[in-house]
Amino acid sequence: MDSVDTAALMLARLQFAWTIGVHILFPSFTIGLASYLAVLEGLWLKTGKQVYIRLFKYWIKIFAVVFAMGVVSGIVMSYEFGTNWSVFSDKTGPILGPLLAYEVLSAFFLEAGFLGIMLFGLTKVGKKLHFMATLMVAIGTFFSAFWILSANSWMQTPAGYSINDAGQFVPEDWLKIVFNPSFPYRLAHMVTAAYLTTAFVVGGVGAWHLLRDKTCVGAKVMFSMAMWMAAIVAPAQIFIGDIHGLNTLKYQPAKVAAMEGHFETQKGAPLILFGIPDMEAEETKYAIEIPKLGSLILTHHLDGEIIGLKAFPKEDRPNALIVFWAFRIMVGLGTLMAMIGLFSLWLRWRKTLYSAQLFHKIAVWMAPSGFIAVIAGWTVTEVGRQPFTVYGLLRTSQSISPVDAPAIATSLAVFVLVYFVVFGFGIYYILKMMKAAPTPGQSPMASEHPIGLDSVISTQASKEEH
Amino acid sequence: MLDLPTIWAGLLALVILIYVILDGFDLGIGILYPLFHKGEERDTVMNTVAPVWDGNETWLVLGGGGLLAAFPLAYAIIMPALYAPILAMLIGLIFRGVSFEFRWRDPAHEKIWDAYFFGGSLLATFSQGIVLGAFVQGMEVEGRAYSGGWFDWLSPFSLFTGLSLVFGYAFLGALWLIMKTEGGLRDRLYKMSLPLMLMVFFLTGVVSLWTPFLSPEIYARWFEMPTLLYLSPVPIIAALLAWRIYVNLKRRNDYRPFPIALGLFVLSYMGLGISIFPYVVPRAITVAQAAAPDSSLGFMLIGAVIFLPLIFIYTGYSYWIFRGKIKPGEGYH
Repeated sequence: MDSVDTAALMLARLQFAWTIGVHILFPSFTIGLASYLAVLEGLWLKTGKQVYIRLFKYWIKIFAVVFAMGVVSGIVMSYEFGTNWSVFSDKTGPILGPLLAYEVLSAFFLEAGFLGIMLFGLTKVGKKLHFMATLMVAIGTFFSAFWILSANSWMQTPAGYSINDAGQFVPEDWLKIVFNPSFPYRLAHMVTAAYLTTAFVVGGVGAWHLLRDKTCVGAKVMFSMAMWMAAIVAPAQIFIGDIHGLNTLKYQPAKVAAMEGHFETQKGAPLILFGIPDMEAEETKYAIEIPKLGSLILTHHLDGEIIGLKAFPKEDRPNALIVFWAFRIMVGLGTLMAMIGLFSLWLRWRKTLYSAQLFHKIAVWMAPSGFIAVIAGWTVTEVGRQPFTVYGLLRTSQSISPVDAPAIATSLAVFVLVYFVVFGFGIYYILKMMKAAPTPGQSPMASEHPIGLDSVISTQASKEEH
Repeated sequence: MLDLPTIWAGLLALVILIYVILDGFDLGIGILYPLFHKGEERDTVMNTVAPVWDGNETWLVLGGGGLLAAFPLAYAIIMPALYAPILAMLIGLIFRGVSFEFRWRDPAHEKIWDAYFFGGSLLATFSQGIVLGAFVQGMEVEGRAYSGGWFDWLSPFSLFTGLSLVFGYAFLGALWLIMKTEGGLRDRLYKMSLPLMLMVFFLTGVVSLWTPFLSPEIYARWFEMPTLLYLSPVPIIAALLAWRIYVNLKRRNDYRPFPIALGLFVLSYMGLGISIFPYVVPRAITVAQAAAPDSSLGFMLIGAVIFLPLIFIYTGYSYWIFRGKIKPGEGYH
């Protein structure tokens, strides 16, 4: 391989990290929110209770803004593969291309096609058909996750391929490609993460409004629904994450070594709680560790052997400092989420769920936790895959386009600037919408109509109820 | 001979055509946006496309994804070659796409998002036109990679196709709005449609005459017997369609000009196809050379056969739901 422009490579990687990192925030939210909207509308149709349709109308406006940002940041991704990673595209196109095409065909069109009806069509198509449109959007978000995670997982654990004379990966067995070894775990882990992300946003917003007005019915309902979700799904996520990790240990042991900060291969390895992995010195400095626990968790034996990073050539190791810490952030937040979920059960039992102010304050602070955990988790899996794009087969340094560093630097600068401005405004608008009360409360303080739309809803809803 | 690469070349061409037609009119609305009065008129105009723009743009994602999947080599060459205009297009689409939602969320800054909606639409369209022109004029290829410079796309021809597309989309946008609106707004649209049409004819004519002179190969295709004979109906049909648009605009028939204008776009597009086939990277890489293996194309074809008809059905359904004139104040905002 001829000399690689290291500056161009680093810039292209930074650009990918930035554009995908921002993009993933939106689907992480919309996957869960689409399902939540479907549940709300379903409950409205079933019970006829006004509060559900009010919450539906409250969240759908937020959904629309997030979805629009997801769409525009997603289009960038479908072209960035070509502009910055053309060699990768040429080589993996025959396998990843069809997976992405299936995503567009089965998911993007479904979402986009029914989103219009979902947003604008309630008065035009009637309740039943509208509910169907909402369901289609929710199903679309899931299909989308299915295909994109299949594609990503194939890059982590490639299967069902051969390599042709031009150096392209060529499909041999599509079933093995789609359902490659890490895919089911990654899909479960990510979809659950998206549900949790949404639950904590919804819960945070509910808690914030409860802090202002304990009688706000909409806030109570959304807070309660979110906390049920947290109580059930957060512990489940820890379990899913654990088996996902064991799958990674089997197929990508170097990634797990980086996650654990282990450089030496050893039996009865400790669990390093904290420390600073040093790639140069090949050791984790200032390590605080619990003896034997590492082996116990990963191999389920006290003296199980764990492979360390030194077992891999230096040029094949992922950056342990980043992976190690990203992993701890994710696990830390996941644990906090599970604790909050379980604690909510106790409060519920004590009948203080809606009046526990300190708990509400914590829930507000936890509102963005899902996003941080998702970014941290993806950092673990993507940085942990390095220095390869297709694990063990195609190096990142051999995937890049023949584009000069200044070109990539310029486009990176543009993306950073534009994303900060555009999505900065978007997040500001979302926060503004969240600030409005979901339903008018009973106390005089909160009885004023927060937004013009509410009067429309209430007339419409009361018409429907009579 | 209908092998998988040829089928996919046809399908991909269809996908891009659908994109041009669908996103064409909604980008066109963005280009015309400053001509509408602030406030209610702009609200109405935007609401004519608000339920469908997202679906329209999805065809562009399928175009990109489909090219990667069916002709990965072409994707790997074209994208770096057109680096700057693609980047500009993406940025334009970002600004314009979020404006659909943002302008309703922030009345104090509505003017800013209106401006971004216009600027984004204009930038995206102009870039797409440049991409088209640069693509037709060809690019340097060495082995399996683009070997030209960062600014090779920039030429009088590509700038001219950029300009032409801006007017073309604006024209489509005006005709779409004639279908969807009433009253004084529609009157003004009728007034701007005629000059727009003349401009589009002029620009399309120049591009059509210019294209054969880009390379002897295209020239030979258009101007040698007997091809000239087969192809001679193309400009004649184009002239006929133009006449029908003119007549219907004069008669103030709200619903005819738009579909006829789409016919004109289809025709120009076919002319382009004639100039390019069998290449996916003009005069460098053929459809057969760039094609992914049959195991990829076949697998994808199953998906296309299942999903494309479904997409047509529910997209058509969505357009049907939102058919007819739009009332001021309609929308969920």
